[in-house]
Amino acid sequence: MRHRHLLVGIATFGLVALGAAGCGSSGGSASGSKVVTVAYEDYGGDNQVGELMNKITPTFEKDHPGWKVQLEPIAAPENDYYTKLDLMNKSASTQPDVLYEDTFLINSDTDAGYLAPLDSYVNSWSDWSDFYSAAKTAVTATNGKVYGVPMETDARGLWYNKTLFAKAGLPVPWHPTTWAQVLSAAQTIKKKLPGVTPLQVYSGTPAGEATSMQGFEMLLYGTGETLYNHSDNKWVAPGSGFTSALNFIKTVYSTGLGPTPEQELNPNIGNIVSQQWLPEGKLAIDLDGSWLPSTWITGGPHPWPQWSTTMGWTSMPTEDGQGSDITTLSGGWALSIGTHAANKQMAWDLISLALNTQNATYYTEISGNLAVRTDVAAQPSYLKEQADIPFWSGLIKYTNFRPAYAVYPDLSNDIQQATEEVMTGQQSPAQAAANYDHSLTSTVGGSAVQGG
Amino acid sequence: MAARANAEGRALRPSAAWPAPAAPPPVRPRGRALRPAFSRTLTRLGPLAPAVVLLAVFMAAPIGWAVYASFTNEALTGVGAAGTSFIGFANFTRMFADPSFRQSLILTVVFTVGSGVIGQNVLGLLLALLMRGRNSIFRSVIGTIIVASWVIPEIVAAFVWYAYLNDQGTLNSALHFLHLPHPSWLYVYPMFSVIVANIWRGTAFSMLVYSAAMSSLPTDVMEAASVDGANAWQRLLRVTIPLLKRTIMTNLMLVTLQTLSVFTLIFALTAGGPGTASSTLPIYMYQEAFKFYQLGYGAAMTLVLLVIGAIFSLIYVRVLRVES
Repeated sequence: MRHRHLLVGIATFGLVALGAAGCGSSGGSASGSKVVTVAYEDYGGDNQVGELMNKITPTFEKDHPGWKVQLEPIAAPENDYYTKLDLMNKSASTQPDVLYEDTFLINSDTDAGYLAPLDSYVNSWSDWSDFYSAAKTAVTATNGKVYGVPMETDARGLWYNKTLFAKAGLPVPWHPTTWAQVLSAAQTIKKKLPGVTPLQVYSGTPAGEATSMQGFEMLLYGTGETLYNHSDNKWVAPGSGFTSALNFIKTVYSTGLGPTPEQELNPNIGNIVSQQWLPEGKLAIDLDGSWLPSTWITGGPHPWPQWSTTMGWTSMPTEDGQGSDITTLSGGWALSIGTHAANKQMAWDLISLALNTQNATYYTEISGNLAVRTDVAAQPSYLKEQADIPFWSGLIKYTNFRPAYAVYPDLSNDIQQATEEVMTGQQSPAQAAANYDHSLTSTVGGSAVQGG
Repeated sequence: MAARANAEGRALRPSAAWPAPAAPPPVRPRGRALRPAFSRTLTRLGPLAPAVVLLAVFMAAPIGWAVYASFTNEALTGVGAAGTSFIGFANFTRMFADPSFRQSLILTVVFTVGSGVIGQNVLGLLLALLMRGRNSIFRSVIGTIIVASWVIPEIVAAFVWYAYLNDQGTLNSALHFLHLPHPSWLYVYPMFSVIVANIWRGTAFSMLVYSAAMSSLPTDVMEAASVDGANAWQRLLRVTIPLLKRTIMTNLMLVTLQTLSVFTLIFALTAGGPGTASSTLPIYMYQEAFKFYQLGYGAAMTLVLLVIGAIFSLIYVRVLRVES
């Protein structure tokens, strides 16, 4: 009797221990199997990377018999995509071999040890010389090594509805040269066209990086102030430009020129703007990215053939028209290889196939982004695809890049918080700027900050 | 009371008997005595092993990790992700210097006291009192309706309240129809909205706890009080509540701990906004850990949450002074 108890006890213990051990190993990596995993964002109809991968998979699998491409789409908005990807990156058993990476995270993910250097591959790749040097800089970390192959770049500026402008008696084409002109056009729309939202500037935390980049930084960099001083290698404490940028946001959201703060704080605001408000003629001016037409082209998430005649595009002016009176920012995405990739050569073969001239052209066309290769930019199909492409490509020479350092995501969130506090009227622009000052100092340390 | 004490006594017995096998066995000739004692210990411990292992793996390990991580710069990306290192109390000093942390601490206490301690607890007691002595049809119909709000998943409850409170929601449509002011509740009164939603969701729990306790109250005391001429109000204050003291404390503790950790409801309704107007600790912690990538800093906040729970429990023990 006693013996049987003992046996049952031991047997149960053993089973549980086995089970626990099993949990540890069963998730195991695909190191033995011949699989290349690719992780990318697939959300709200934006699945161009998936389309590209689906297009090249048959070729890749034919060229590499026995190998399979396994797609791991991550269905999450931009901020959550970074979090999910980094959670996958933390463990060797879940890290994808090829990852779709925002170039502003290259430094922090390199510091984290997630990305493998690609210098030996790109240096022996004849196509590498076709890439713009600005794009190469974006994928080069502070240690001088290359950690990704650029897929695309972009620019930011103003989209405006020409039909609504004509109705309100505003000039078309429109080229504002100061913030005041943008606001006065918005005021005219408000007066003449009730029911139409005059101006949309991304603000608040739900929109994530769109708030920082399409919204606040487009304003800040137009005041002559920056977030980071590249010559002194110091972060810039918020000065008068920072407050001016927040004041602009305050004006938009507190005087009825923008959407209601509640509408703007919808986590899907990006899709609502591009798939509802603009096509339905409910929004007159939108400070946004060059990629918007990718939503409207045939096969996009919200086809709208009339977009190229209805919508106009122009540059975002600087505050008082200082400098060239143009301000813009660029970002971009790249394909990188995870440090834990079992077979890096295979991962590289997939990347170099995905971004060769032909496939990069295909990708640039379906994504509506700007080419990062000279040969792609020269393709007649690229220039013909969208009437707005030459304009945006022309903006690249005025462009600014975000400070792509490990702390940027953190500060970017602080910026989003500041805009939200201002747009909701919880704090004045000066208070919100003081809060950012406080977080900046506590995040990077007082010695890494200089006066604004 | 006697019945309760008995039940508790019985419940205690297995664990009270527990140290016995480990106590030194009576003196016996050495070599041979060890075996039966050891095998008896193993026999009794063996069946517990699965539970112990599961607890260790799924309960103790995460808590241990949280304690460890709160003293490190563990992060999702950047240097902290590559070489995690001990940074002492830096997370805690940063936390207490952070105005948004202090704000979320206050909001957490407001939320817990408002929706848990006052809302769910008092309303639950009231419902249990009102249900007592009603006929069974009334009890089962009303009881089912109240319990339904507790049975549905939290995220569903959150959607229900979103549908009710949002700008074009049911409530505002009704107010609009009646030509009454219809503010956008989630935006203008975010804390009020999440507190009401949480009271709605959690009251059933307190009601069930109090109903169960009341059904086991001795009827003779009540009858004696009636005979002595006590009215309903006096019976409640002088008899029922004192007899329920122990239950009240248990319920307060459970409700407080549940409410402190509410995440889904708030996240789905307001996501902590607008701005940080409804950002309680669990929301703020989530943001720091998974949006700002600072896992260590987020973990440090879990310890603070633990301390708050402990403080509440101490207050209850003190105030209610339940004699054992």
